[in-house]
Amino acid sequence: MEKFVGIILIIISSALINNFVLSRFLGICPFLGVSRKVETAAGMGVAVIFVIAMASVITWVVERVILSPQWLLALGVDQAPDLTFLRTIAFILVIAGLVQFVEMLIQKSNPALYSALGVYLPLITTNCAVLGVAIININKGYDLLQTLFNGIGSAVGFALAIILLAGVRERLEDAEIAKPFLGFPITMLAAGLMSIAFLGFSGLIK
Amino acid sequence: MSLRKVFMNGIIKENPTFRLVLGMCPTLALSTAAVNGIGMGLATTFVLVGSNVFVSLLKNFIPDRVRIPAFVIIIASFVTIVELVMKAYVPSLYEALGIYIPLIVVNCIILARAEAFASKNGVVASAVDGLGMGLGFTLALTLLAAIRELIGNGSIFGMQLMGAGYQPVLIFILAPGGFFTLGLILALMNSLTDREKA
Repeated sequence: MEKFVGIILIIISSALINNFVLSRFLGICPFLGVSRKVETAAGMGVAVIFVIAMASVITWVVERVILSPQWLLALGVDQAPDLTFLRTIAFILVIAGLVQFVEMLIQKSNPALYSALGVYLPLITTNCAVLGVAIININKGYDLLQTLFNGIGSAVGFALAIILLAGVRERLEDAEIAKPFLGFPITMLAAGLMSIAFLGFSGLIK
Repeated sequence: MSLRKVFMNGIIKENPTFRLVLGMCPTLALSTAAVNGIGMGLATTFVLVGSNVFVSLLKNFIPDRVRIPAFVIIIASFVTIVELVMKAYVPSLYEALGIYIPLIVVNCIILARAEAFASKNGVVASAVDGLGMGLGFTLALTLLAAIRELIGNGSIFGMQLMGAGYQPVLIFILAPGGFFTLGLILALMNSLTDREKA
């Protein structure tokens, strides 16, 4: 039961309070780049949830099995090798490979989804949110289940933010905006206002 | 293009932050204090110069189809160097920059320069391009951070500048302040360019 509550708290905290985009500033590039329309934003959101959930689990396994193999101690080895300095390189390779693999998998198994997400899938490699979640999971010492749900929660937070911003930007299309503010500036200001709204969640969990 | 032009290109004409609007994550996240801005900027500059030089050196050996993964590995190696050096010599800055140091790998500016410049140009020009882009990024980040620190904390580089009666506007060093300040600077840049054209 306690574990269950812990996981619920992790999801709420990663999706709302420490929202990836609006309070941690991870994944800003796709957040600004792919938020012109609600539809494409939703597509990106779904793709990111999928990739982050898988990347969280796989990088966790890579860390525990290869980079910091504490399990060797149980086999009677005196000292486990410490390869954690290779973490950045190992994780980015895993993520790049994973994105490629997911792309092929979706292409074969579900062509309709593939054509809907097509363009956004390769872009996810450079979405710093993916690497960010992987590193946060390790830094916080989460176990496998917590890692999975922290990944899902963070990704849902990303999807939520990008879809909301897309909604705002669709409205802005028709608004009269002073010329210097057209494009990025007004999007930044809109994101800033959303970020203020998300600050309101900060008292939710002590 | 002369080397001087290549260098100035990154600082002003194609400033990665204000003109190309690339590498927004560290820009927004670390511009809460001017010191962090400079630290992040210089770390990124080092990685940019290093990766540009290596990509340029190896451009004839890397097969075209696997060039992006190859570039990413080169970049990740330099990021690891920066990470280890910072941890050893400036632990306080290492703590302050935290997760954003490993995330230099996915900073789009670096991959963009490797792909757009270093893979097509010579070693010296690539190094100069990396230096110009890196310093342009550093300047932009420091400027943004100085504005936010001044309004949000009344200081620049930790030096108290506003009088004792100044009530800091806390929101500027919180997350929303990053969006607001950058949005306003971009709008200012736009209106200046418009005036130039007119």
